[in-house]
Amino acid sequence: MNFFARFAQNRGALVGLIILLAIILMAILAPLLFPESPWRMVQRPFLPPLETEGFPLGTDTMGRNVAAGLMHGAWVSLLIGLVSTTVALAIGVPLGAIAGYYGGLVDDALMRFTEFFQTIPNFALAIVLVAIMQPSITSIVLAIAIVSWPPVARLVRAEFMSLRHREYVEAARLVGQTNATIILRQILPNTLSPIIVLASLMVATAILLESALSFLGLGDPNVMSWGYMIGAARTVIRQAWWLSFFPGVAILLTVLALNLVGEGLDDALNPKLARERS
Amino acid sequence: MSDILLSLRHLTIALPEGADRDFAVEDVSYDVARGEIMCVVGESGSGKSMAANALMGLLPKGVRATAGEVVFDGQDLLSLTEKQHRELRGLRIGMIFQEPMTALNPLMRVGAQIGEVFEAHNRLTPSGRQARALELLTEVGIPQPEKAIRAYPFELSGGQRQRVMIAMALALKPELLIADEPTTALDVTTQAQILDLIGDLQRRHGMAVMFITHDFGVVAEIATRVCVMREGRIVELGEAREVLENPQHEYTRALIEAIPSNAMPAARQVDQTAPLLEVRHLQKVFRSRGGLFKPSREVHALNDVSFTMARGETVGIVGESGSGKSTLGRCVVRLERPDSGELLLDGIDLTSLKSETLRRERRRVQMIFQDPYASLNPRTRVGMAIAQGPIANGVDRQQALKEAGDLLDLVGLGAAAAERFPHEFSGGQRQRIGIARALALNPELIVADEAVSALDVSIQAQILELLEDLKQKLSLSLLFITHDLRVAAQICDHIIVMQHGRIVEHGSAEAVFLSPQAAYTRELLEAIPGRAHVLATA
Amino acid sequence: MLYARLIVSRLFKAVIVLFMIIIFNFFLIQMAPGDPAAILAGEAGATDAEFLRQLTERFGLDQPLHVQLWRYVSGVAMLDFGFSYRQQVPVLDLILARLPATLLLTGTAFVLSLVLGIVAGSLAAARVKKPSGSLIMALALVFYATPLFWVALMAVVLFSVYLDWLPAYGMYTVGAGLEGFAFALDVGKHLILPATTLALFFMAIYTRMTRASMLEAAQQDFVKTARAKGLKNSVIQRRHILRNALLPIITLAGLQAGQMVGGAILTETVFAWPGIGRLMFEALQQRDYNLLLGIFFFSAALVIVFNIITDLVYRLADPRIKEAS
Repeated sequence: MNFFARFAQNRGALVGLIILLAIILMAILAPLLFPESPWRMVQRPFLPPLETEGFPLGTDTMGRNVAAGLMHGAWVSLLIGLVSTTVALAIGVPLGAIAGYYGGLVDDALMRFTEFFQTIPNFALAIVLVAIMQPSITSIVLAIAIVSWPPVARLVRAEFMSLRHREYVEAARLVGQTNATIILRQILPNTLSPIIVLASLMVATAILLESALSFLGLGDPNVMSWGYMIGAARTVIRQAWWLSFFPGVAILLTVLALNLVGEGLDDALNPKLARERS
Repeated sequence: MSDILLSLRHLTIALPEGADRDFAVEDVSYDVARGEIMCVVGESGSGKSMAANALMGLLPKGVRATAGEVVFDGQDLLSLTEKQHRELRGLRIGMIFQEPMTALNPLMRVGAQIGEVFEAHNRLTPSGRQARALELLTEVGIPQPEKAIRAYPFELSGGQRQRVMIAMALALKPELLIADEPTTALDVTTQAQILDLIGDLQRRHGMAVMFITHDFGVVAEIATRVCVMREGRIVELGEAREVLENPQHEYTRALIEAIPSNAMPAARQVDQTAPLLEVRHLQKVFRSRGGLFKPSREVHALNDVSFTMARGETVGIVGESGSGKSTLGRCVVRLERPDSGELLLDGIDLTSLKSETLRRERRRVQMIFQDPYASLNPRTRVGMAIAQGPIANGVDRQQALKEAGDLLDLVGLGAAAAERFPHEFSGGQRQRIGIARALALNPELIVADEAVSALDVSIQAQILELLEDLKQKLSLSLLFITHDLRVAAQICDHIIVMQHGRIVEHGSAEAVFLSPQAAYTRELLEAIPGRAHVLATA
Repeated sequence: MLYARLIVSRLFKAVIVLFMIIIFNFFLIQMAPGDPAAILAGEAGATDAEFLRQLTERFGLDQPLHVQLWRYVSGVAMLDFGFSYRQQVPVLDLILARLPATLLLTGTAFVLSLVLGIVAGSLAAARVKKPSGSLIMALALVFYATPLFWVALMAVVLFSVYLDWLPAYGMYTVGAGLEGFAFALDVGKHLILPATTLALFFMAIYTRMTRASMLEAAQQDFVKTARAKGLKNSVIQRRHILRNALLPIITLAGLQAGQMVGGAILTETVFAWPGIGRLMFEALQQRDYNLLLGIFFFSAALVIVFNIITDLVYRLADPRIKEAS
C-alpha cells in the first residue's frame, strides 16, 4: 500500500483533511469575499445571525461583520500555527539531534536546558513574553515557538539515542563517514516520520495557544483573530452568545482537523504491520 | 504408546489475510502420551508453536483454527467456550515461554504471581498460597527461596526467572506442560540446568511435556518422541532415538548435522612470524555514571586481555553473555575505546588514534554485525550501503557503485541487487549484504560479532560456508565472536574462551575441544545440548 | 533515608530552576522596549515620578547591569517581589492571598481529570474496535481540540444563564455570610463549573494516553503468562495490564502540571475565580508587570512542587526505580 492509501484507510483522517482544506480555502477566499477590513463597523451592533442579508453570522458589539472576521481569522490562525511550529522545529530538531548523537556532557547540558523550559508553565511563559515584548504577530510567533520546542528536542533526542547504536549507524562510523554525514544521511531520514506527526499536532496546539493569548487581549491589535473575537464578546455573553460561539467552533474544527490529520499521518508513516523488527 | 493424553487430528490454522502464507499449520496430526516428552522441532516460521497456542486458547488475534481437532483427555479443545478453556489453563495444562525477562509482571512480587495460579482456580487461602509458593520455589531449585518469594522479577537472573515460570506452571500439577523454546534465551550453562530441571520434574510428576524447540541438541537431550515441522507441515515424526540415528527426511538430516561433532577443520599452516593483530593487556571498565546523590557502578568488561593473531587466521572468541567477548570485538574495531593496553594492527597502535586520524584508518578493520535487520539502513539502497565506505574514503562514486555490484556478485546475490532496498531481502541475504559491505574497503581484519546467531540453523550453515569460501579466496583474517561453541568449531583455527572479562583458555580449535584445560571450558562443552548423544554415536 | 536523599536532590534542582527563572525575569525586563523602571511601575505607576525614583533606587536601575542583577536576585531570594503600584499592596501579599483558591481549583481539576481519564481510557481499551470504545475516543478527541476558555463560556451560557443551575462567577456567594458546612457547600457549587471545564481537556489527554498505554501493555509477554494461568480477563486487565499502563501516565501527569496552571489562568478569568490566574489577567489588563513576573515565578514554583510529588509517586509505583537509584 502506498502512503495515501494507508492515510485514506483512516476515515477520521480523511474527514480531517477535508475540513482542513475547507479552512485553508476560507483563508484564501477571505480577501476576495470580504475585501473590506474586518475591523470596519458596517452595520448596527448585535445583529443576530441569519436575520440580515450579507451578515449570515450577525454583527458584534461594535457593528463589525462576524462572518468577515471569521474568515480573516482563519488566515491568522493557520499562519501563526505554521510559522511558530517551523520556528519550534528549527530550535528543537538540531538541539535534540546533537544531544542524542553525542550523548555525555553535551547531552546533559542540553537536556538541563530543555528541562528548564519544560518545567516553566507554558502558557504563563507565553503570556509574560508577549506582554513584555508587546503584542504583535512576531512576538506571538516567537512566544509560541519558545514554549513549544522542548517536546521536539526530547523526541528527536530519544530517536537519535536509539538509532545511534543501531548497527547500520555503527557500520557507517566504521567505514569512516563523518559525524555530519551520519547525522544527516543515516539517522535524520529515519526520524522524519515521528517528527512530521508531532509537527502536525504542534500546529494544532499553536493555534489553541494563539487563540488563548488573543482571548486574554494579547493578540496583534492589527489582525482579526478568533481568540480576540471570543474575548471581545465575553462580557456580552448573556445578550449575544453567538458572538463567542462561532469563532469557538472555528477553532475547535481547525484543531480537531489537524489532530485527525496527525493521526492519519501516524498510521500512514508508521504502518505497524510493515514495521521493521526493532 | 497407548495412554494418549493429547491428540491433534488434521489441525489446520489459518493466518490472517495478507500474511506471507495462508496457513500457519496445515493438516497436522500427532499424539502426546501421558508421561512422555514430545519435542516439536522447527525453524522460525515453521508453525511449531501454533498448535500449542491453539490448544491453550492463546492464538494471536486474527489467527484461528479452521479445521481438525485437538483432543485433550477425550475433549475437543477447539469447541470449548472461553470460560471452559480458562478453567483448563493453569490447572490441567501449564505453559512456559521463551523470554523469561519479559514473561513475568515487573510490578508484582514473585510470590504473588505464583499465588495467582491458585487464586485463578479458587484453591487454598491466601496464606496457604504463599506457603505452597515457597514449596514450589524450593522444588525448582531457586537459591534462598524465602528471599526470592518476596523479590520482584528484576531482582532475579534470567535462569531464576525461568525457574519461577516453571514453578508457576507446575503449581496445580498439570497433566500437560507446554514449554515453548524455554531455554533459547538463556546462556548455555543455564540452559543445561533448566533442561535438567524440566526432565527431572517430568519424571517425578509423571506429566506429559510438549517441548517446542529449534535445536536438535535439545531433542537428543530430553525427547521421547519428536515431530519435525517445516512451513506449517510435518516432515518427520517418530521416536527420538530413531529419528536421531536414522533421519528419513533430508531436512531433518540438515538440522541434526547442526549438532556439534568432533570433526575439526584441518588446522592450516599460518605464518606465525609476523602477527597481524597483537592485543596487549587490554582493560575496559564500564561505569554507570553516578549522579550527585547516587553512587556509580563498575563492570570489568575486559581484564588484562592479551593475545596475538596471524595473518590469514580465523580466531574464535567464545563466551557467555557478560564474558566481555563483544566488548573485545568492539575495542578492536574501535567502536569502544579501551581504558588501557595496546591494540597493534601491523605494528600500529589503534588505541592511540584520535578522531580524524582514526576515521581515516578505520577502513583497515571492518565488522560484520549480529542483527541482519538492524545492520542496514532501511532507507538506503543496497548498492549505496556498500559503496558508502569507499566514497567516504575518497573513491569516485561511479567506481564505488560498480565495485559494490561486483561484491554483491561475490557474496552470491548478483549485481542487480544493488538497486533494491534492504526490506526486500531475507535475513540470510541481508547478512550477505553486510559481508559485502565489510569487504568493500579491503580491510586487513574483519571482526564478525555473533554474525550468524540471529539466523536459522539452515541459513547459518550457508553463511558459514560463504565465509569459509571467502576466507580461501581472499585469504581473510577473521576474528569470530560467538556464544556458540558449535559454530566456532566449524570455522575457527584458534579459539579463545572468555569468562568475566578474562581469557581462561587459548589454543587451537582441536586442543580446546578435545582436551580442554580450563574447568570453565569443560563446563561449557558439557553444557552443549545433545553432546552426550554425539559422543555416544561418534 | 532513600526518600530523604531523593527529596534533597530534587529540592536542590528546584532551587536552581527557580534561580534561573529569576534571572530570566530580570533579562526580560531589560530586553523589553522602554525604560525598565516604567515597565516595573506598570502603566499607572509610570506617571508617578516619586514612585519611579523609588524603583530606580531600590533596583539600582542607574547602576551597572551586574549590580542590578544582584539586587534583583537577592530581593527575590528574600521573597521580596516588589510592590504593586496599582493595588498599593506588596506583590507577595497579593499572590499569597490568591494562592489557596488556585490550589483548590487545580487540585480538584487534577484529581477529576486523572480519575475520569483513566476510567474512560481503560473502558476504551477494553472495548477497542467496538462502537462504545470508539465513542469514548471521539469525545476525547473533541475535548482535546476544544479551546478551554470557550468551553468555559459555553458552560456559563448553558448551566448558568439558560438552565440557571449553577453560579457563573466567583468562589462564594458574596454577602451571604455563610459559615461552616453551608459555606463549603456554597464553594463546592461555585467550584463545579470551573473545575469541570478545566478538567475536560486534561481528561481527554489522560483518556487517550491510558488507552494507548493499556493496548501496548496488553501486548507484553507477561499478559500471555497471566492468561496461561487461567486468570479471568477482568483480573488480567486490572492487575496486570492497567497497573503497568499507569506508570507512563504518572510521568505524563507530572508533565501536564504546567499546562494545568496555564489552563487555570483561562478558567479563572472566565469564572472570576479569585486565584492567581485571575490575578494574572488583572495584572495584564493593568500592565502591572512587576505583579505579572511575580505570579509567573510562583506558578513555576507550583509546577516544580507538583513535579516532585509525581516523582515520589512514581517511585512508590515502580519497584525497579528503588534499586536503580
